[in-house]
Amino acid sequence: MKFAVIQFPGSNCDQDCLAAVRGLNGIEADFVWHKETSLKGWDAIVLPGGFSYGDYLRCGAIARFSPIMRAVVADAEAGKLVIGICNGFQILCEAGLLPGALVRNRSLHFVCEMATTRVEAAESPFTRGMPIGTLLRLPVAHGEGCYYADETTLRELNERQQVLLRYCDAEGKITSAANPNGSVENIAGICNRARNVFGLMPHPDRACEERLGSKDGTRIFESMLRAVAGDDRAAA
Amino acid sequence: MKVKVIVTPKETVLDPQGAAVREAMHHLGFTGAREVRIGRYLEIELEGDLAGQEGKLRELCHDLLSNPVIEDYRLELPNETK
Repeated sequence: MKFAVIQFPGSNCDQDCLAAVRGLNGIEADFVWHKETSLKGWDAIVLPGGFSYGDYLRCGAIARFSPIMRAVVADAEAGKLVIGICNGFQILCEAGLLPGALVRNRSLHFVCEMATTRVEAAESPFTRGMPIGTLLRLPVAHGEGCYYADETTLRELNERQQVLLRYCDAEGKITSAANPNGSVENIAGICNRARNVFGLMPHPDRACEERLGSKDGTRIFESMLRAVAGDDRAAA
Repeated sequence: MKVKVIVTPKETVLDPQGAAVREAMHHLGFTGAREVRIGRYLEIELEGDLAGQEGKLRELCHDLLSNPVIEDYRLELPNETK
């Protein structure tokens, strides 16, 4: 299985993402420069964190028009797995692949800390083997991570179980104290209706080794690996 | 020719920056500020006439210069009667 890690000018977690997925059995990974126009040959796409285009205008607003994004949108619509982390999540929202938007943290502070998140949906290619209530410790580091969606969108997200992760306390309780950025309903990560596009503010790529304080991020990438492998077997 | 684009956060979107500025105004003794909303202001110098460019310009206001999920925009064209 091959992951493509997209590099935009200003991406700064591209190396982390590559290292995180390359560390897993059965995953190869390559960087793909944002000027490329095709993602043929890669089974999954990672939009890494960082500050693409210096966060000018709005976070992700300019990266969304990079040449590679046409391929990302086309492949996402064809069912390929896409994960957007932090700035990658912002880009996915700007591109319209995910609903809602990420705005300035309620506190106005840049937050950089370990967060606990709770798996909120039963089925997704990103949370296999993680039943509802599973806790994942993942670091956050962002200034614009406050998830916003209007009421209609929010209702739909909940009805369709598209909220995959919410911020919670160490016991798994969804509290406002555990919400690092003021996201509506403590939302940390959502998927699209087809469940093949996932965006999240926390960094699974920075939680892939014990010495980083958590290995929980690995579970998300392993889930993607299993999802793709399973699909392959079904097709064969 | 110069056109102006003013982007503002939608009413339903919290604007913590605006709230912080309002607080600062209160601290400075100006208690008349009930609400402050912070947006973005763009000046765009156009090559040639507006004619033929306005449609594209509006499209860009919607797709690039603002995010309709969280922002409204106003495109101000010069009052030109050539």
